[in-house]
Amino acid sequence: MGAALPVVRALREFLPARAILHEEEDTRPYECDGLTAYRQLPMVVALPETEEQVRRILMTCSSMKIPVVPRGAGTGLSGGALPPGDGVLLSMAKFMRVLRIDPLARVAVVQPGVRNAVVSELAAPFGLYYAPDPSSQIACTIGGNVSENSGGVHCLKYGLTLHNVLGVRGFTIDGEPLELGGEAPDAPGYDLLALAVGSEGMLFVVTEVMLKLLPKPQCARVIMASFDDVEKAGAAVADVIAAGIVPAGLEMMDRPATRAVEQFVAAGYDLEAAAILLCESDGTPEEVDDEIARMKEVLERAGATRMTVSRDEAERLRFWSGRKAAFPAVGRISPDYYCMDGTIPRKRLGEVLNFIAALEKKYGLRCPNVFHAGDGNLHPLILFDANNADELHRTELFAAEVLEKCVEVGGTITGEHGVGVEKINQMCVQFGAPELELFHGVKRAFDPQGLLNPGKAVPTLARCAEYGRMRVHGGRLPHPELPRF
Amino acid sequence: MIESFADTIREAAARRGALRLRGGGTKDFYGNALRGDILDTRGYAGIVAYEPTELVVTARCGTPISDLEAALAKNNQMLPFEPPHFGAGATVGGCVAAGLSGPRRASAGALRDFVLGLKLLDGRGQALGFGGQVMKNVAGYDVSRLVAGSLGTLGLIAEVSLKLAPRPQAETTLRLEAPQARALELMNRWAGQPFPISATAWHDGELTVRLSGSAAGVPAAAAKIGGASLDEPFWPGIREQRHAFFSGPEPLWRLSLPSTSPPLHLAGPQLIEWGGALRWIKSTESPQAIRDAARRAKGHATLFRAADKAAGCFAPLEPVLERVHRELKAAFDPAGIFNPGRMYPEL
Repeated sequence: MGAALPVVRALREFLPARAILHEEEDTRPYECDGLTAYRQLPMVVALPETEEQVRRILMTCSSMKIPVVPRGAGTGLSGGALPPGDGVLLSMAKFMRVLRIDPLARVAVVQPGVRNAVVSELAAPFGLYYAPDPSSQIACTIGGNVSENSGGVHCLKYGLTLHNVLGVRGFTIDGEPLELGGEAPDAPGYDLLALAVGSEGMLFVVTEVMLKLLPKPQCARVIMASFDDVEKAGAAVADVIAAGIVPAGLEMMDRPATRAVEQFVAAGYDLEAAAILLCESDGTPEEVDDEIARMKEVLERAGATRMTVSRDEAERLRFWSGRKAAFPAVGRISPDYYCMDGTIPRKRLGEVLNFIAALEKKYGLRCPNVFHAGDGNLHPLILFDANNADELHRTELFAAEVLEKCVEVGGTITGEHGVGVEKINQMCVQFGAPELELFHGVKRAFDPQGLLNPGKAVPTLARCAEYGRMRVHGGRLPHPELPRF
Repeated sequence: MIESFADTIREAAARRGALRLRGGGTKDFYGNALRGDILDTRGYAGIVAYEPTELVVTARCGTPISDLEAALAKNNQMLPFEPPHFGAGATVGGCVAAGLSGPRRASAGALRDFVLGLKLLDGRGQALGFGGQVMKNVAGYDVSRLVAGSLGTLGLIAEVSLKLAPRPQAETTLRLEAPQARALELMNRWAGQPFPISATAWHDGELTVRLSGSAAGVPAAAAKIGGASLDEPFWPGIREQRHAFFSGPEPLWRLSLPSTSPPLHLAGPQLIEWGGALRWIKSTESPQAIRDAARRAKGHATLFRAADKAAGCFAPLEPVLERVHRELKAAFDPAGIFNPGRMYPEL
């Protein structure tokens, strides 16, 4: 085990043998997260089972100056849990207990390894649920959701993870206990909870999360509306909002996406439409009836060519099944696909989609689009073959142009998947040196040695200078053989 | 204007002099010491961008909140967190810096939940941009929300983008008789059901509930909740603390607690909001007794209005958090010029 020996010895002082992996056959499953293009074998994987073990692992690594990368289920799409080759991958997979559900206070306290979908399942007998529902909700964990500030298809009305986490507990890299937020609103001092959510495991390690539960809407219905033009569909979204309606979900898929999905799940989508909108209302039966009628009126005026309203829960779930299965469906029509995550002001949608269409021609690659239309979060999926080095290279350039366009129109490079290692270069486009310096200052306030998830999320100024030079050279990156995403 | 703010900041940083960032001065009563030369933000005012179909507005710090709310009302929209003004001159910058939310907090969320991005002048006089005008944005740490509620100690908020909500179609206020324990139970039970409750308040045996939502949903929920409908305007008096409860010379404490905490046994009248999570107490009990009671209930107490603030307005921080606060303050404001001591003596 060579380099791993000193840290393995130190960890064995207090961890059982089963909680330390360092042979290649054992560490191999941890070499990547959901962004499989990046792989790195961790030096050591630690699988603690108690808070005390987490604390001692962190203290040990801190005193030995060894990097630590926390990991949940490994479903992240930006390489945030890419392991350190010279450090410890801290898997929180064994923190699977739901510690408390308080139906009167509408609060769930869970360990970070609890899967997202489990929370709503356990809250259901009380008529409650946990609102954020990322597409990977059957696999992804609450700890990972907190780390990435995960979204889902209901964010417009119910918010992101940030809006649904009341508090967290955890430890700094030096093993000091931290508790932020809680059941009492507006904790004194700075809003460190806002910093913690979405911090990509860079500030401290979370060992317990308090979640807000909401009353489950009595019913929900969804309208599937067809449009013969993508821009018209985009304008229809704006019309719905302008009418004072906040839909529970508002999603758009273009024809290449619906065609890929339909082969996979038979959701019943209109394959002739240039784009479809899924527009959902939830609430009491009388509220939903009223809102669906108003939505239909607006969509009709906006030029919908066909509309179907779900008649029952089975049909509603079938309409959503296609949207939720969009990524795997696209995975079946192409050897590989690359999912982007930019967010744009909705009014620029037509412009950005036309820009993407032009890039499809420029790079000779197809790119279906699925879009969280209600909140402006775009997921273009570039189809490519990773075994073809040139396609991979073109994909990278394609993606960089799309993300930079998102920034140009007043949006962001990542709406919900995180920066990780994947979009670290684009951070140099979105932020200037003074903002990046301040981000590093924020990190130092929690982790002065820079040992937690080093090299992720916030680029060094030197890296940005290098990226700036690369961009100047006519868009041709040096060393095209190197995988950069 | 921004350049002149930046010059003032750089000049103050060079001599390590304190600056007191101030809009309309309507929240001068809030927090600890007011120290330093006033930097008046009101000259930098105006709505920069407002797209009703995006549910987003961007405004400069000196914009009066009342102007902003009037512009939103024309498009049938509103600030979902219903901020208290505490005076006619309240500005957008001061509102975000104070971080206070109004009656809608328990159902809609806090001010910080609706901050999408801001432009900040840091303690070096640099103009920095964080977040943006879009609802989903996870690039970089969420500095915008960190700055919300930091009482101007991290920098001058020059411009802020806020998420909006449509105004409800229908609204009604109901009044029920209930002793405190019963009122707490009712508020928590209702919150677990799909009722469109947008505000609650209990005081002196009377529980007042506001329902806001669709024309179809509000009457249906009102029938289930019961009580008598209240016609006189009630909520502005709660939000702005013009209700009779808030008058008088005794110190006003703001206790933030889990909503299900049983009634507190502290001397003095109480007014409860936010479904039980916010408890105002006018009390002459010792600060220690009040803070201990809040801590035992897993909450915290703020000395909101008082002549004597020697006990410190905000609940003390744990040592680890205190250190993180100091480090963050140093990263944003290395010379320690912005509103020193307003939040905690060491910041």
